[in-house]
Parts: sequence; structure tokens; C-alpha cells
Amino acid sequence: MSLSLRRLAALCRKESYQIVRDPSSILIAFVLPVLLLFIYGYGINLDANRVRLGIVQQDGGVEASRFVQTLQASPYIAASLSNSETAMRQQLQLGSVRGVVILRSDFSAKVRQGQGAAAIQLLTDGAEPNTANFVASYVQGVWQLWQAQRLPGQAEPAGLTLQARYWFNPTTVSRNYLVPGSISVIMTIIGALLTSLVVAREWERGTMEALLSTPVTRAELLLSKIIPYYLLGMAAMAMCVLVATLVMGVPLRGSLWVLFLVTSLFLGSALGLGLLLSTTTRNQFIAAQFALTAAFLPAIMLSGFVFEIRSMPLAVQAVTYLIPARYFVSALQTLFQAGEIWPVLLINLLFLLLSAAFWLGLTAWRTPRRLDGN
Amino acid sequence: MNPAMTASTDAIAIRLQAVSHAFAGRPALCELSADIRRGVITGLVGPDGAGKTTLMRLMAGLLKASAGSICVEGLDPVSAGDTLRLQLGYMPQKFGLYEDLTVLENLRLYADLRGVTGQARADSFERLLAFTDLARFTDRLAGKLSGGMKQKLGLACTLLGSPRILLLDEPCVGVDPISRRELWRMVSSLADGGMAVLWSTSYLDEAELCGEVLLMHEGRLQYSGSPQALMDSMQGRSLLLQDIVGNRRQVLQRALRSPAVIDGALQGHAVRLVLREAGVLPDLASLQAGPDASLQRVKPRLEDAFIDLLGGGPGGDSPLTEHMPAARLPDGVDAEAVIVAEQLTRRFGDFVATDHVDFRIRRGEIFGLLGPNGAGKSTTFKMMCGLLPVSSGEARVMGLDLKKSASQARQQIGYMAQKFALYGNLSVAQNLGFFAGIYGLSGASQRAAVADMVRVFGLQPFLAMNAGELPLGFKQRLALSCALMHQPPLLFLDEPTSGVDPVSRREFWSHINGLVDKGVTVMVTTHFMDEAEYCDRIGLVYRGRMIAAGTPDALKAMVASAELPDPSMEDAFIALVERDDRQREAT
Repeated sequence: MSLSLRRLAALCRKESYQIVRDPSSILIAFVLPVLLLFIYGYGINLDANRVRLGIVQQDGGVEASRFVQTLQASPYIAASLSNSETAMRQQLQLGSVRGVVILRSDFSAKVRQGQGAAAIQLLTDGAEPNTANFVASYVQGVWQLWQAQRLPGQAEPAGLTLQARYWFNPTTVSRNYLVPGSISVIMTIIGALLTSLVVAREWERGTMEALLSTPVTRAELLLSKIIPYYLLGMAAMAMCVLVATLVMGVPLRGSLWVLFLVTSLFLGSALGLGLLLSTTTRNQFIAAQFALTAAFLPAIMLSGFVFEIRSMPLAVQAVTYLIPARYFVSALQTLFQAGEIWPVLLINLLFLLLSAAFWLGLTAWRTPRRLDGN
Repeated sequence: MNPAMTASTDAIAIRLQAVSHAFAGRPALCELSADIRRGVITGLVGPDGAGKTTLMRLMAGLLKASAGSICVEGLDPVSAGDTLRLQLGYMPQKFGLYEDLTVLENLRLYADLRGVTGQARADSFERLLAFTDLARFTDRLAGKLSGGMKQKLGLACTLLGSPRILLLDEPCVGVDPISRRELWRMVSSLADGGMAVLWSTSYLDEAELCGEVLLMHEGRLQYSGSPQALMDSMQGRSLLLQDIVGNRRQVLQRALRSPAVIDGALQGHAVRLVLREAGVLPDLASLQAGPDASLQRVKPRLEDAFIDLLGGGPGGDSPLTEHMPAARLPDGVDAEAVIVAEQLTRRFGDFVATDHVDFRIRRGEIFGLLGPNGAGKSTTFKMMCGLLPVSSGEARVMGLDLKKSASQARQQIGYMAQKFALYGNLSVAQNLGFFAGIYGLSGASQRAAVADMVRVFGLQPFLAMNAGELPLGFKQRLALSCALMHQPPLLFLDEPTSGVDPVSRREFWSHINGLVDKGVTVMVTTHFMDEAEYCDRIGLVYRGRMIAAGTPDALKAMVASAELPDPSMEDAFIALVERDDRQREAT
């Protein structure tokens, strides 16, 4: 494949004019990311911040009252007290409380005997597992806090993993975790959705036919679509990082050049996927539909950004290995929160590289030099 | 080698030998052989779906032929693509322009792509901008140009790099007649300079001007050679029946029943006929055209020859006429004003798309809105169907004000939209059932209405086929039958036969003529001069206003002069538009 820099530059210039003059691409590249960052950064967090919790206290002992006080003092819990278990269960059904803590009449006795685990009963709404998880973690957190206060100096109860602590300590940490994840969703949108439109647009408007009748080569055509949108994606990434670190106060512990490398590789597969859809469907509407289902939804559902991959069924877990966003989410979370943990990063970089090579290669192979393919 | 032989091969820019092409097993071109010479405009002529675009793409190396050989400048367009792309300028439909780039940016892009740089580039920009008269508009976005200007910019981009062969795919679709003539002059001068030009069109009047034509129908070459020679072969077979007294549509119908006549059409107040054999005339008395009627020989047209090549027209009797009941007017509706527009105006922001338009249409009349794309025909038309609210003024059909009772009014209207507004992935039967349903027919009455339409339009063999796969002529029959399902007294047709072959167009109008005899009132928009001839009266729409109205003959008479004693519809159109431009400039 021969390459003329003059032709490539001309095509890239044309593409940039089109980007700059099309308000929707600016909207998708710069306004949407900020909007999504704020939604994921603040919206999701606030929801879990003060959970409405019902408390049924059937034990009048000092220990029980102290535990209830600790619950009420927690900044993450809005507690309402009652001594009727039936009334509280009803409220749980109505959804006016997210969980119910029941202290049976033998609470104080059990605590004194050291049978901590069975001392309280927690009812949560299994129809909303995420909220139920939050409630469970908050209550557990309070329980441990109370235990620690009650018996100072005693070692923390066993059975806690590092990850579990994460959840116990919500506000700041959960944003730090969600923002890098949401950046990966944003980059998927920019990479796949925008590019899924661009080649299809040329087919629909009949300009592709005119281009193909000039001496343009396949490599020039492909690169002229990749380069401008890669730069646009990088600009959007820079903005996301700035907003996340400066405005939202998310720490960035890894180095910028690794971040740059990871993002470039991820953009490679996102752009490749978008261009492939655009090239094969030759129809903007269909390409955008495919991009949404094939890139955007998996990036949210299967990347481990919101939903823990390890808690998925095995078959679905297997599918996640095919989603480039999975590696990007993991790499971003590592870079933002932990810094350069090379064993994690290298694995992710390797898979991102493979994925980029796969999608770009497929696109190059499918990019036609004639109207009937090839 | 024989020197004469070399010269003749060199004069040929493109040689096609037994070229065939199929898309996924469907034949699009069949065994086509022809030569395209330098120095003339060769017309690639045929209705939509004839294979014109496919053939051009094969020559441009954008498709690879399934069989046969194509030689462009002695080379194969696919394997020698890199060499040929610099020698060949191809302008696709829609001109291949980037609408969000300015005139100059489009030119620069194509100059870079074609390797026109440095001084050569400055020179060609200057030459092309002067040639196309676009120098004043270099900073305007291509999307904001008029159809005619886009067309010229498309041509300028194609001409960058000085190609030796020019392929223009339907360069005049959606472009007003004035720009058409201008482009023709520009391309003629290029051909005179030795360029080989292939110009595809579905307009047969445009094709008459070409030095040579390739006449195509359904993927086959019907004729190749000079259009003049083809028209000369029809000498003595084209007649005009003039000074008709009585209903000229019925005269046409009677004439088409005569075995001596193979084709006929209305032309203003007269009827134009084509004979099966020169000299064998139909019996004038049996036509009942009145005492003064006379048959006169006229110059044959390319269309006459094309219809002759296709085996003659469809005959004049429409089974629809027998089927449709006479359209009756409700009490209190003035038969002289079934459709009325009074000071009808529609604004889109600052832009006035329809500007104080007046007309009234009689029962049983065919009224045409004629004008270039973007003139405001469709806006006016949509207001009359109740599809677009009126900004000011009045629109009434059958006495119903469209501002107040649009949905009641729509029930009175059969509407056939531009192009093909049926569901392409529903079968013919499903489309018929659906349209019967939305017009409120159900149960036995729906079944009866559908069965009638199937019988009248001969749709039985196609019932199970998807509407999108029908041949163009049948798509059109289906569209008409869907519009007529509820037997409306008014019929609105939006560009009904553009791109359709002349035989199907004849057949379509025979149905319309039949309906009109039953008292149905027809309003039609068109930019097609031929179609305008079928109308009783025409309103000429230009830049939102109706600049002239009257019978086709009256419009032609308005512009007749010593140099042009017998102007065509197109001549009349151009003269009236230019007159309006001058008046606007003066005020």
C-alpha cells in the first residue's frame, strides 16, 4: 500500500473541518464526557450516601442502646426507630426504608457471650441487590466500628478482605473507583460511536464514490479516519483527566505517559470497531445502533466498571475477556488509585494491544478500494 | 498497420465488448458492446434501473465486470486503476461534494487528491472558477449552494487534473433547466476540445442534443449511434392532430385504439401520434376530433424512436376508468373551485418558501405546479394536502378549510408521494391491505377494494413479492392503487413519473386521463417538462411565487418570438424565469 503524505494531509484536513463544523461531534467529544463524569462521580455516590434504615429494638439493654446510637451517628445512615417488626417489614416492602436491623431481646446476652455474628438480624430488599449490598456493608461497617469501640485493643475480626474495606469506606473511595471507570465508558462512546458514523456518512452522501475515483489508496482512506478521531479522543481524554483530578479531586497516582499509552491502545480498538461497523453497514443509523450495542453497553455492563466481574456467571465472565473496555477499566483504576502496578498493567496493555491489532486489522481488511469490496 | 485503422482506434476512448454485470445473481447489464469516441458528448440514456450507473462505475473501475471486457484508453479500469484514475474524471450522482466544506476547500481537497499542486494548481483554480462562474462564492459552504451551483462545483472538482475522459452520472437531476443548459454549454466546449464525455440521463429531450447515444432499457443496449439518425428513421411517422373540438383526452384514447397508431400523447391542445408505418394513417373520422381537425407531420423525437424500439406504447384504455365511479361533489361545493389557494404563504423563519400564491382548480382538471427544485412546489403541495400548517392565507379542498379540518380534508385526497413511499419490505398484498386500512376500509369492503385494485392494475402475479423488489413501473402502479383505494375525488401526485421509462409513463397517464374523465380532480408537481404537457393548466413556481399560470399552449405563446416561433415547454419555462429575474432586479 503506497502512501502519499499530501493526500493523507488533505484528507485529514477535510475530516477536521467536518469535525469542527459539526456541532454534534463537539457535543459528543467534549460536553457529554463532562456530563457523564459528573453523573458517575456524584450522582451514583450521593444515592448511596445516606441510606434509609429501619431499626427494630426489642432489647432494652445498654449494649443494644449503644449499638443503636452508633448506627444513628453514622453519616451514611438515616435511621428510623420502631419496636414493631411488622411495621418495619411493611416499610421495607413499600421501599420507604432500604433495610431493617432487628435487635432481638437476647441481643445484650449474646454480645456478652461473644456470639457476635448471630447477634443482629439484617433484612434487605433482594430485588435491588446493589442497594442491598450497600446497606449490608454499611451495617457491617458500623458493627465493626462499634465492636472496636467496645473492646479497644482487640484485633479486628477475621474474614475481611482488602476489597471489602473499600466498600466500607464509601464516599471518597467509591468516586475514585467510579470516575476512572466512567472515563472508559466515555472513551468508548467517543471512539466507537463517532467513528461508526463517519465512513457510513461518506457512503450515504455519495462522497465515497467520488473519493474512490481519485488516486486515494486504502491506507490513506483508513488513516485519514483514524488520525483525526484519535486526536479528538486524546483531547477528550485530557479533558476528562483534568476534570477528574482538578475538579473532582480524584487522585492520579500513575504516570501520564503510561496513561497515554493505555489510552492510545484502547482508542485503537474503539476506533477500529467503529470504523469496521461504519464500513460494513454503509448506513449511519445501523452503524450507530450496532456501536451502541456492541461497544457502549458492554463497556458499562461487562467491563467491571459498575458490576463486579467476579460476581458474574462463569459464561458471562468468559465473554468479558473479549471486551477491550475490561482491560481499560482495570488499567485506569490501577493507574488512578494505585499507581504503576506493573503485573496488572502489563497484562492489560498486552490485551489492549491484541484487541487494537484485531479491530484495526479487520477494518483494514474490510476497507474497500472498489464499490463491490476489495 | 493500416494508418486509417490506428486513427480510428485512437478516436475511441472507451471500448466495451460483451460486458455483463450481475449483483448477487441479479443481472444488471447484459452483453453490452459499444465504443465511446472523443470529441463528442455521448448520452447514456435510459430510465431508472436501466443500468446506467452500473455501467459508469464499471468504466471508472469502481466495480469489476462479471463478464466481458472494458478498455479505457486501452487499459483495464480495474487492474490499471492507478494509471487511469488520473486520466478519468467521474462525477457521481449528488456530485460527490462535501457539504460542510466551502467551495474552495472542496477544490483544494480534490486538487490534493489528484496531485494538482504548485503553479498548475493556481492556474487550474483560476481557470475553473472562471469557467464555472463560482469565483464569487469561494467561501460559501457547498451545502449552501443552489442545485445548479453544486453541479458546477462538482464538475470543477472532477475536471481538476485535466482528465481526458469525463463520466457524468445524471448531472442534471434536481437542477433547474437554466443551469442544465449552462452545464450543457460548458461540457460541449470540453468535448469540442477533444475530451471524451459520457453523460447519463433519463431525459430523452436532453439526449437528443448528444452527438451519440447509448439507449438502454433493463440492462440491454437498445441502440447506439447518432440520435439524429435514429430520429430520421422515424421520418413520416410522427404526426400532430390539431384543431380538436371536444375532449382531447377521449380523442387520444380513440386514436390509440387504431391499429395504425403505436403511441400517442397530449401536447397542449393538440394530440401527438406515432404511426406504426409511415403513410398508413388512422381514419380521421373515427377519431371524432371535430370538423376542423387535421393531421400534420412533425419532426420525430427521440422518445418516439425509443417507444418504437420498445415495441410501442401501452394503448389508451385504462381498466381503471371502468372501475372508478364518477366523482361527485358534495352539496354547496363550487365545481369551478374544488381546490383553492388564496394568498397562500408559508414561512420558515425568515425564509418565505411559498409567497402569496393564488390558484383555483376546477372539477376534472389536471393542474400542474412546475418549477425547479427548491422553488416552493413541495411546500405549497404539502399545505394543500394538510401535511404542513399554513402561515397565512387560505387553502381549501372540497370546501374544507385545511386550517380547521385537515383530517377531514385528507380523507377526500388520494396522495401519491414523490419517489416510492410504500413499505419496501412488505409484500404487495400487505401494502394494499395496509393502505385500505388507514383509509378506514375493513372487512368485506376492504377485501373488495383490494381485489378491484389487483384486477385493474394487473398485480396478481406480484402479490407475494416485496414491494421494494418490484420493477419500477409496477411500483408505480402499486403506489397509484394505494392512493386510489378509497376512491377519492381528488388526487395529488408529487413528481409521479420522474425516472420512469416512457412506456410506463404513458400507461400511468392513461390511468390519470381515465380518472379525470370520471370527474376526479388532479394536482401534480413536476420539474419534468414532458409531464407538464399532460396538464390542463400549469402554475409556474419560482422562488416561492407563482410567476405565471395558464394552459401549456398559453405559456408557450407568452414567450413566442420571431426567433422562436414554436417554443417548447422548456423554452417557455426558461424565458419566463429569466423575465422574472429581470423584473426582480429592476425593483
